[in-house]
Amino acid sequence: MSETKALETMIGEEYKYGFTTDVEYEDFPKGINEDVVRLISEKKDEPEWMTEFRLKAYRAWTEMEEPTWFNATYEKPKFDTLQYYSAPKNKPKLNSLDEVDPNIRETYEKLGIPLEEQKMLSGVAVDAVFDSVSIFTTFKEKLAEAGVIFCSISEAVKDHPELVKKYMGSVVPVRDNFYAALNSAVFSDGSFCYVPKDTICPMELSTYFRINNMNSGQFERTLIIAEENSHVSYLEGCTAPMYDEHQLHAAVVELIALDNAEIKYSTIQNWYSGDEEGRGGIYNFVTKRGACRGKNSKISWTQLETGSAVTLKYPSVILQGDNSVGEFFSVAVTNKRQQADTGTKMIHIGKNTKSTIISKGISAGRSDNSYRGQVKISKKADNARNYSQCDSMLIGQTCGAHTFPYIESANPTGKIEHEATTSRVGEDQIFYLQQRGISEDDAISLIVNGFCKEVLKELPMEFAVEANKLLGIKLEGSVG
Amino acid sequence: MRHTNKSFLKQKLNQKETIVLELKNLHAEVEGEGIEILKGVNLKVNKGEIHAIMGPNGSGKSTLAKVVAGHPEYEVTGGDIIYNGESILEMDPDERAHAGVFLAFQYPVEVPGVTNTTLLRESYNTIAASRGREELDPLEFDDYIREKLDLVEMNPDFLERSVNAGFSGGEKKRNEIFQMAVLQPTLSLLDETDSGLDIDALRVVSDGINKLHGEEDAIVLITHYQRLLNYIIPDFVHVMIGGKIVKSGGKELAFELEEKGYDWLESLAKVNGEAK
Repeated sequence: MSETKALETMIGEEYKYGFTTDVEYEDFPKGINEDVVRLISEKKDEPEWMTEFRLKAYRAWTEMEEPTWFNATYEKPKFDTLQYYSAPKNKPKLNSLDEVDPNIRETYEKLGIPLEEQKMLSGVAVDAVFDSVSIFTTFKEKLAEAGVIFCSISEAVKDHPELVKKYMGSVVPVRDNFYAALNSAVFSDGSFCYVPKDTICPMELSTYFRINNMNSGQFERTLIIAEENSHVSYLEGCTAPMYDEHQLHAAVVELIALDNAEIKYSTIQNWYSGDEEGRGGIYNFVTKRGACRGKNSKISWTQLETGSAVTLKYPSVILQGDNSVGEFFSVAVTNKRQQADTGTKMIHIGKNTKSTIISKGISAGRSDNSYRGQVKISKKADNARNYSQCDSMLIGQTCGAHTFPYIESANPTGKIEHEATTSRVGEDQIFYLQQRGISEDDAISLIVNGFCKEVLKELPMEFAVEANKLLGIKLEGSVG
Repeated sequence: MRHTNKSFLKQKLNQKETIVLELKNLHAEVEGEGIEILKGVNLKVNKGEIHAIMGPNGSGKSTLAKVVAGHPEYEVTGGDIIYNGESILEMDPDERAHAGVFLAFQYPVEVPGVTNTTLLRESYNTIAASRGREELDPLEFDDYIREKLDLVEMNPDFLERSVNAGFSGGEKKRNEIFQMAVLQPTLSLLDETDSGLDIDALRVVSDGINKLHGEEDAIVLITHYQRLLNYIIPDFVHVMIGGKIVKSGGKELAFELEEKGYDWLESLAKVNGEAK
């Protein structure tokens, strides 16, 4: 049948970021133990408190069990043979773009992220993370003029220890979960951003993560702090080469918003998702959490998740400050044999706190797509409100969509609304659009874009086009 | 069959200029299920003509429209569909649309999140590009479709609403005719366009269709009731029963049907069937 054929065409769509860059790596032992943790810290020339933080996390990790409660089955990562640190030679500290390995520079060009400032999207500063290390951060000076600190987390540990010490692990404690503990022990690099009081960050900040080395895991750590009356918008993008083996990506992202501050965090995740048989692809096991510590603060997560073999990810907001606002806008697309278990947690603690959850799951191929969300209203959270809307779209007959909402309210003044729908991109819908002259591929793209519209409009303007294109590529021909 | 007769060829060439649609002993079944629905349909539709196809429920009328438009649910198992002189059996539905075939759906489909304007502009420009016509930019297109709104007496707000989402039955049907006005097809297949319309809406929609129809296009109306034919006067009426056209005539046939009911022809169909 033609629908199946179209589906196969889509499934066959090539992953265009799957190339490998030929770089020489520093030697680093495989496997993990306290010596390896110390060695990472030593490589990065870290102060003792940082080494201690890592060791504490490592010890906690060894006592923890790998979680199994989510809706995904996969071969467990081999923690003994994994390489926990992978840095290209000739690094680590670069002040001029000329010092960046030309191969790596070219990699970012190919990915559409040129590191020359004049070539970049105006108004976007980029921190480029290649395997375990931050390669280059653009527009640093311009940001510094506004008082905004945007650098790699490694630099922040050295240059702004008081901030890192104060906030790192304060939203996601080292013992929070298995993968957060592992990350806390071995995190290699990531981005750090600090927006001072009364400051509106003058440009979009962005980190581009690239896993290149076949045997390495990527454990990046991101920390964003928005002081009183400040505002920042941040976007991360991710790609990886195609390998037959699974690669592990276990990041931790912590956001802190103080009084009247606002953080908008957007993700376009397009890690390699493996082939039709489920060989290879990234395990995307990420802990992302924001704390609305201040009054009237706001944190928004927007994510477009299209890649990875397995995704376990629940960007959450802890609404501590009175009148604070948490938002989660998500589009998760799965295809082939991909499995995604993703959603959010909104924990209402302060009075008059508000949260909104809009989740759009699209499953195609033989994939499985689950929404898992928790809304918790604690005793003191008077007049807390939540609105959740979880829509699933199925493309074809061999995929799955699941919704697991958890609601818990300990305050009678709380209001929680939950709506959920499941629809199928039907032959009739496609035929209707085709009858209007639109090709099958464009019809699917149109239907899916319509379905995700509410979420896509939340992405920063600069990336909206990229997001639309990505959805198009990902779902070209995907019919049911 | 081979025809070598010169006068036949000549005649065929002449026909080619005026025949828009010709169904030749068309057989079709539900794909993969082996249930035959069209059991040898023959029909000729010329430019400038309006044909009405009537028949009881389950006679294959709607299937006929879908098969001509290329719905993947059906498989043509015999015969041919000739459109503007060429077989279109191998063409995808979108290619048929590019060639000027339009189907007004009995049950128009909802496409949430996609506005009517977005769909129509994409549709119009795709068809324009395939025919080598100039595409319209968003502003030009906006001017163009606003003119067409009046034809079916629709409110401009409607343009920014999602395609058919939350529309009443009547609005959906009106929207189909609005799309027909925008896309200006050569062959319009209108499938039960009158069902779900109240008497005022029926008048508006019929007026729209009458205004759109001219010497260069043809319309095939599929309807269960004679009612619509009071507003849109057909040149020919065909009665379909059991997957075949059992009787054809002028517009007066519709009145006869209204009076005598389909039973009258159903028995006729049986006799014909047994006679074979």
